[in-house]
Amino acid sequence: MKPVVTAISPTVGRPEVGSLGYLAGGLVAAVVWWLIYAQLADLARWLTHGALGLKAGTHLAGAVEFFIYETPKVLMLLTLVVFGVGIVRSLFTPERTRQILAGRRESVGNVLGALLGIVTPFCSCSAVPLFIGFVTTGVPLGVTFSFLIAAPMVNEVALVLLFGLFGWKVAALYLGPGLLIAITAGWILGRLRLERHVEDWVYATKTGPAMAEETLDWPARVRLGIEAVRDIVGRVWVYVFLGIAVGAGIHGYVPENFMASIMGKGAWWSVPLAVVIGVPMYSNAAGIIPIVQALLGKGAALGTVLAFMMSVIALSLPEAIILRKVLKPRLIATFFGIVAAGIMLVGFLFNAVL
Amino acid sequence: MKKIQILGTGCAKCQKLAAVAEDAAKALGLSYELEKVTDLNRIMGFGVMSTPALVVDGTVKVAGKVPTLDDTKKLLC
Repeated sequence: MKPVVTAISPTVGRPEVGSLGYLAGGLVAAVVWWLIYAQLADLARWLTHGALGLKAGTHLAGAVEFFIYETPKVLMLLTLVVFGVGIVRSLFTPERTRQILAGRRESVGNVLGALLGIVTPFCSCSAVPLFIGFVTTGVPLGVTFSFLIAAPMVNEVALVLLFGLFGWKVAALYLGPGLLIAITAGWILGRLRLERHVEDWVYATKTGPAMAEETLDWPARVRLGIEAVRDIVGRVWVYVFLGIAVGAGIHGYVPENFMASIMGKGAWWSVPLAVVIGVPMYSNAAGIIPIVQALLGKGAALGTVLAFMMSVIALSLPEAIILRKVLKPRLIATFFGIVAAGIMLVGFLFNAVL
Repeated sequence: MKKIQILGTGCAKCQKLAAVAEDAAKALGLSYELEKVTDLNRIMGFGVMSTPALVVDGTVKVAGKVPTLDDTKKLLC
């Protein structure tokens, strides 16, 4: 076997050539992406008024242009974001997060838990094993909740789409309160000493030692990013289409300031109502944002819309049913109650301040 | 005889992983035994926090994602 080994050794530089290739490919892709993205608005206008011959100013033209412009725009943004997030997430694993959080004191732990909740790869179907893994290896219950609240609430796809569609102010307005709710709600839940409302068998579970971490090189991380794009964009594009179609309908047909009476600042009851309506609705962040955009354009208040969006994304009935396996009903109710209260508070606050 | 275990509580990805593992084992012509582990206590016993996970002869090979067919073949060897 020795000759084979020596034959390979001159090409030790191979992985670096691979990385350079990925880098060059990435640059080309980024330039192409930008060239197309920059043309979308003109293209949509031309298609609507030129190719389809729709008269400017009509309801139909407004709706069609919105749809033709927003669909590729959101999908392109989504692809970029999911790719980036896929790479960031390859740096974090649930196992590593658990090691960071184990034995943390509350407060610091709540902050760390919420922050890690944003970047740790996590799907709601593994919420239960993750919950057990956390609480049986010394992560405090409240810190675990901070993580579990932040993970869906501060959705990185939502964050970047908000940034792309509305600018950094709205994105920051979403990120800040989302984190704050996750930190505070987790802290309160920890203070309430609710450990006895966790199903008894959970703490009796023996969690085995974590598996050995595999170390990844950059090409592998890029491949993970591409895989994430294929997986996530492949799953959510339907929601995006539906969301934009609804958004287009609102944009074209709902009269200007119509929403001001229902979802405007004057209607205080609209915030709790938005939260209540949001719970049974289970949509993807990518699908809800085009609707949010259209509602805002028609005079809905930002706080109300934000509360609606957070409620749709963070509080879902399927999640409650999954968590019921490990949490007694009272704890689930407390959990939902505190998060819902936090969301409403944010809604009222924004309506009052802005 | 390879012992292949799929850890997961029955979500869509778990079914996908079981199918990929079965395809890979067949493609390799392995003699194998496939078991779906859905009991949470046993899943936690492997130290796995993100499902689905693939366990071959008692060692956790992949957790939290569905590997490609080619990768699965390598993991089964």
